[in-house]
Amino acid sequence: MEQFLQQVINGISLGSIYALVALGYTMVYGIINLINFAHCDIYMIGAYVGYYCMTFLGLGVFASLVISMAACVVIGVAIEKIAYKPLRNSPRITVLITAIGVSLFLEYVTMFFMKANVRSYPPLTGILAENINLGSIFISMKQILIVVITIVLVVLLQIIVRHTKLGKAMRAVSLDKDAAELMGINVNNTISFTFALGSALAGAAGVLVGIYYNSINPLMGVIPGLKAFVAAVFGGIGLIPGAFIGGYFIGAVEVFVAGYGNSMYRDAVVFAILIVILIVKPAGLLGKNTREKV
Amino acid sequence: MREMKSIFKASNVVKLVFIVLTYLLVQFLINIGIITDYYQTTLATICINIILAVSLNLVTGFTGQFSLGHAGFMAIGAYACAIITLKNPTYAGFIQGVAAGAILSAIVGVAVGLPTLRLRGDYLAIATLGMAEIIRIIFTNLKITNGAAGLQGIPRFINWTWLFVFTAATLIIISNFIKSSHGRACIAIREDEIAAEAMGINTTKYKVAAFVIGAFFAGVAGALYASYFYFLKPNIFNFAKSVDILVIVVLGGMGSLTGSVLGAAILALISTFLQRFSEVRMIIYSLILIIIMLFRPQGIMGSRELSLSLFKRAASKIEPKVGKERS
Repeated sequence: MEQFLQQVINGISLGSIYALVALGYTMVYGIINLINFAHCDIYMIGAYVGYYCMTFLGLGVFASLVISMAACVVIGVAIEKIAYKPLRNSPRITVLITAIGVSLFLEYVTMFFMKANVRSYPPLTGILAENINLGSIFISMKQILIVVITIVLVVLLQIIVRHTKLGKAMRAVSLDKDAAELMGINVNNTISFTFALGSALAGAAGVLVGIYYNSINPLMGVIPGLKAFVAAVFGGIGLIPGAFIGGYFIGAVEVFVAGYGNSMYRDAVVFAILIVILIVKPAGLLGKNTREKV
Repeated sequence: MREMKSIFKASNVVKLVFIVLTYLLVQFLINIGIITDYYQTTLATICINIILAVSLNLVTGFTGQFSLGHAGFMAIGAYACAIITLKNPTYAGFIQGVAAGAILSAIVGVAVGLPTLRLRGDYLAIATLGMAEIIRIIFTNLKITNGAAGLQGIPRFINWTWLFVFTAATLIIISNFIKSSHGRACIAIREDEIAAEAMGINTTKYKVAAFVIGAFFAGVAGALYASYFYFLKPNIFNFAKSVDILVIVVLGGMGSLTGSVLGAAILALISTFLQRFSEVRMIIYSLILIIIMLFRPQGIMGSRELSLSLFKRAASKIEPKVGKERS
């Protein structure tokens, strides 16, 4: 039982990170129907920016988090403007291949400048370095920090999407791009804004994962990115609450497979879940089946 | 003269002559030592990549289904062939290995394709990517594949002749498939899936068929890889390998078999020269992908084929009076 609770706690911390990344995937997919393969590398870059802020500038966790989110917003929007915007009316496969190209470009340019070796985040100090022992259950302050920051960011995101004009524009564009344009919504700006939001969340996730696992490398985004995408599909792609639930679900599954089964197979199980979802309920947990119209 | 429409048409004879000449030319260059052992490896890479690219082109270029797991199918073929030839190091064993690898890949192709190809959209890309990862993880953990260390000392049974025969056979089979009514159904699905369905094409059936044929030949390519390069480990067949194949298809032109041949040759030469700078190689690959998609999304060849009639048409453009356009 204690081991079970411990796994639940670990699952929630890992799930928070997946949830943050999955939100970016799901928002971009919701608005332009693109699997943004470069998203996982924005998460990686976020981790590197955080690493530089903490190691070389000596900044604290929160300052690094904010700087890293800002840097990711810039990169995310730049990618959208340079690589995706000219292809707005191209076939989806063209944009998808571009996204893969951008993803590889970010990975290997980072590898070229930073070298492929693993780097480790500086240890946290003060209250954040402490652990809480509840009987035999063990909660580190890092885990609490990750969950709290995730919740705060998701609440902020919900406020932006539900209660601001830009959020309303985002929802309108994802519902029907042409109609939104006719209503006077600037579609291009709205899409850029969506990329900005998603990239900020990915940047935050990158810093948090650096703090949590303490090691980063240029290819660190690939597998978590895929898992976050699986999380988005699980919850129902295009739906923000779906990505949130999916993230925690995938995080929990991974931790439990690693804890009770064979940790080598934890990635395989996540992908098997994807294939099962696609067979059983392709629209995802919260999604509704929609017929494609001519 | 209807019944005379046999396989001995002029264009087929020309193709046959061209194939034989290509073989003899390269064989001659090997014999007189212009193509050294080092470049023979490049030659083998080109042949294997042609098979991979052509089979992926059938799925992605002709049927319009985006698959990102070709390396997974290749891995199945490679390991099946390696395990069988290690147990039975004879030519019979090698042939069995190729057949087993190809058939196993095709079976996995059915298992993955049937559920995911019913869906429209990009799910196939993610599902195949996931499948390739699962295959790689399984091979890393199995005893029979010797885990992450991989298999060594796989007996080599193939040389340029074998590679050429397999490559030419793949090209002929896939090009005939595309020219058949089944192939036209696949192209119709690429152009407009809803319209194709309205025309009475069983879209799922043809998508699965193309996907399974693609998986089959990827298995063949994997088996050839195992037999030529002695050594296998699961990390060879990672996501980067799938992207390598995709780059060939995209560069050559989605929907052009000769484009894939061209793309495979160009990229193999580029990567031979960039052998020592693997990071730069990947940066160049990614830039090729982005730049082609932004400025020439149809690739080098578009959906045209390099053929005699293309040269004739080019010639007739220069000299418009030569002959009338044959339909």
